[in-house]
Formats: sequence, C-alpha cells, structure tokens
Amino acid sequence: MRTVVTVLRKDLLLELRTLETVPAMILFSLVTFVIFHFGLNRATIAGQLAAGVLTATLLFAAMLGINRLFVAEREQGGFDAFLLAPVDRTALLIAKAAALFTFLAVLEVISVPAFGLLLLGPSLGPPLPGLIAVLALADVGLAVIGTLVSAIAVHTRARDLIGPVIGLPLLVPALIATARATGPLLAGQGHTSPPGKWIAILALYDLVFALLAYAVFDFLLED
Amino acid sequence: MSSVVAAAPALPLHKAGPYVAAAYIVFVAIVLVYVAIMAVRLTRTEREVTRLRHDVEARREAEEHEETLA
Amino acid sequence: MTYGRGLRGLSLATVATISLAFALVFFYAPLDADQGFIQKIFYVHVPLAIVSLCGFIFGGVLAIAHLRTGDRRWDIRSYVAIHMSLIFGIAGLITGSIWAKASWGHWWEWSEPTLVSFLIVLLLFATYQPLRFAIEDPERQARYASVFAITAAAFVPLNFIAVRLAQQYVHPRVLTLGGGNLPGPMRLTFLISLAGIALLYVTLWKYEMTAKNARMQLRAARRALSGEDTIAPLRRSAAPS
Repeated sequence: MRTVVTVLRKDLLLELRTLETVPAMILFSLVTFVIFHFGLNRATIAGQLAAGVLTATLLFAAMLGINRLFVAEREQGGFDAFLLAPVDRTALLIAKAAALFTFLAVLEVISVPAFGLLLLGPSLGPPLPGLIAVLALADVGLAVIGTLVSAIAVHTRARDLIGPVIGLPLLVPALIATARATGPLLAGQGHTSPPGKWIAILALYDLVFALLAYAVFDFLLED
Repeated sequence: MSSVVAAAPALPLHKAGPYVAAAYIVFVAIVLVYVAIMAVRLTRTEREVTRLRHDVEARREAEEHEETLA
Repeated sequence: MTYGRGLRGLSLATVATISLAFALVFFYAPLDADQGFIQKIFYVHVPLAIVSLCGFIFGGVLAIAHLRTGDRRWDIRSYVAIHMSLIFGIAGLITGSIWAKASWGHWWEWSEPTLVSFLIVLLLFATYQPLRFAIEDPERQARYASVFAITAAAFVPLNFIAVRLAQQYVHPRVLTLGGGNLPGPMRLTFLISLAGIALLYVTLWKYEMTAKNARMQLRAARRALSGEDTIAPLRRSAAPS
C-alpha cells in the first residue's frame, strides 16, 4: 500500500511541476467543443447528442493522457528501478491507474462546466450529482484500461499509435454505457438520476477489467 | 422419410438467389484462398527439406571419404 | 508434439458434415415465412460468427496457459487460434453484410446488435498482429500478445451485452431468428451447419499448427546440421516461431 502511495505521489508531483499532460488534455477538450460547435452547426445541444459529444471528447482527451502515462518510466529507467525494488509489482498498476484517474478528474472539473457554458442547452445544475457519479465510474474504467494499454504500448515501436488503436475498441462498452447513462441527464427534463441499467453495466465493466488487469499486469513487467 | 420429402420445398430463384449464392461463395472462396496460401508454404517447406536431405547426404559422403583417406 | 495426427480423419469428418449441412440447407430446411430464400444465408453466417467468437475465447484460454507455463508453444497455439478466428470473423461479417443488403437494401445495419458487436470485436482483434509486429524482442512479443489476447477475450462477452442493451428495438430483430423459436427442421439444419463450421475451424487450426511445427523442426534440423549461421534469421515478424 505504501508503494502505491509513493508512486502515486511521485506521479502527481511530477505532473504538478511539469504540467505536461493535464493542461494539454484540458485544452484539447475545449478546442474539441469548438470544433463540435462548427461541425454540428448548432449553438446548443441537449439530450443524447450532448451526451455523445461530451463522452467522445472526454474519451479522446483521455487518450492523450494514456499515451504519456508510462513514457517517463520507459525513458528514464523507471521500470528497471521498480523491478529491482522489493515491492509488489501490482502496486505500479494501482498507482498509475490512480494517477490517471486523478488526471481525468481534474480534466472533468474544468471541461464539464466549460461544456455547460459553451454547448449545453439545459442547465448543468440539477443533473450534476448524477453526472458526477457516472463520470466517476467511467473514469475508473478509463483509468484501468488506459493503464493496461499504456503499459503494453510503451514497449512497442509505434507507441503513440498502438495505445489508442487497442484502447478505443476495448473502451467501447464503457463509452456506450457512459453516453447512454448521461443522455437522459442532459435532456433538461428534470432527470437527476442516471438510468440504473447503464450504471450497472459500467460497474460490471470496471469490475471485470480491474480484476483482469490485476491478474495480468505482472506479466507486462517481467524483463 | 416421407415427411422429409414432403417438407422439402421447391427452390424459387427470384432476386434472392444471387445474394444467397454470393454469401456461400464468399465462404467457400475464403476457405480455398486459405488452402492456396498453405499450399505455397508447403511447397517452400518441401524445397527446404529436399535441400536439407542433400546436405545430410553430402556430409555423410564427405565423412566416408575422409575415413577412406585415413 | 505432432499436430498432424488425426488430421486426416478430422478433415474427412469436416467435409462430410459441411456437405451434409449444405444439402440440408438447400433441400430440407423449409422456407422462412418472412424472408423467404434470403434466410438461407443464416445457416452460414451465424455459425461463422459463433465459431469465430468461440475461437477468440479459445485463443484467450491458450494465452492464459502460455502465461502460466511460460512454454512458447502455447503462444503459437494462441496466435493460430486468433488468426483463424479473425478469418472466420471476416467471413461472418461479409456474409452478414450480404444478408443485410438482401433484407434491408443497404450493406450495413446499425440496429442489428450482433453485427455491430461483431464489428467492434473484429476491430479489436485486428490490432493483435500489428501489436505483435511492433514488439521486436520475441519473448516480450509473446508475453504481451498473450496479455492482450486474455484482455480481448474477456472483452467479448461484455461487448455483446453492452451493445445488445444499447440497441433500440425500433426494428424487430430481423437478422436472427430468435433463439429457441427455430422450428425443428431449421434447428437441425442449423446445428449441423454449426457443427460443420466448428469442425472446419478445428481442422484448419490443426492444419496450420502442423505446417508451423514442420517448419520449426526443419529450421532446428538445419541448425543442428550446419550451425547457427547458415540459416537466415527470420525477418522481424508478427508470427511467433
């Protein structure tokens, strides 16, 4: 557990000092909202369309973060150092996933209100708790799959390409569940709680892949 | 047995025919393409086995030749 | 380990079963009331899809064996299984598309959840070989490929559940006869067709394993005879060796 905290602190401090990943993700999401405005030629969107735009934007912004996740370890020998230390290897998975989750949370704290200002028709206030719940669950799935995929991709030659190409299909069920859960929330008709069916799917997805990643991650770290 | 014959319909060949044919042809074609690829590989393997055999025999002759010299 | 043993009997059984299946399709199975003759595609499309999906999961199971034992032969088996499943899957997708065109008039149908889930699964497994190709070290390539195969195999059922739930049932499920509603003769034909295509998968899997094994033994014999440097090293490839 202490290993997890140590590695997590290291990553968060690193990000805080260098500010490489999260600002890029935020900027990317904001620009994407502008592109959607022009691409859809709409001043406001609501309902399922809004949910789709939001989910897709967050997904692609997450890809930016996922590409960067293990780069420092790869380039500066962090993997070897970690393997030499007498710690449980899965701690790296948990720490990195927690770091990615944090980055995504920060991203959403800024980009979701921005979405509410720029593109969303109905008010963001009433559905906010439900939205936070859905996005939290979605972030868990993104974090788990993102860490797994990033660890696979960092040792390949086409690093930045392989990550999204593998990760996006894997994330499709989570994307479906997130978008469908958010749709009624953003429709402006007073729904404040997301449909239970999709929350259940998201939770199941998170559980299955968290367990799978836990079981399988060790094999990615051997040398 | 007669119930089987009674259930067998005549085959109407209206517009649907070409589509069904296409689907089954796709299936057969893919299998046959695969067989063709494997045939190419098999030929290559056979060629290499032949070469290996020649080399083994050449090696054996060379050894016998040395023995007769010694 | 020889893979060729039993291959002849297996392939004969495959030929017999598939021939019987096709005969049943065209001479025994009655015409569907709604779709008519077009429904016959069902007997080749659905078994291809089912066998392909089972093949992907089979590949994942073999990958688990590889990771647990460290024996590279499991990785080869897993690779071949996934490779085969991808081919069967593409065949399933093409036949499904032909069915959609014949039934609906367009080549794709978003409201058919099985087709959509299948597309996503194929998109995922299509990245298996590029992933392998992108990793140079053979041992690492095998290991990472197995991790991916296991993850992707676990993904398959989840994906189907999610996509099926997501489809609005505006259109009735046209492309699949509801499971269990198949009348007797149709069900028999379907099951035999399924068995035939499953046998085909196993036969081709064994076939490919035999070919690979033969090639590997050949290289080993060549190396034993002439030394390490007389054979060109295999080019960087996606296939395990």
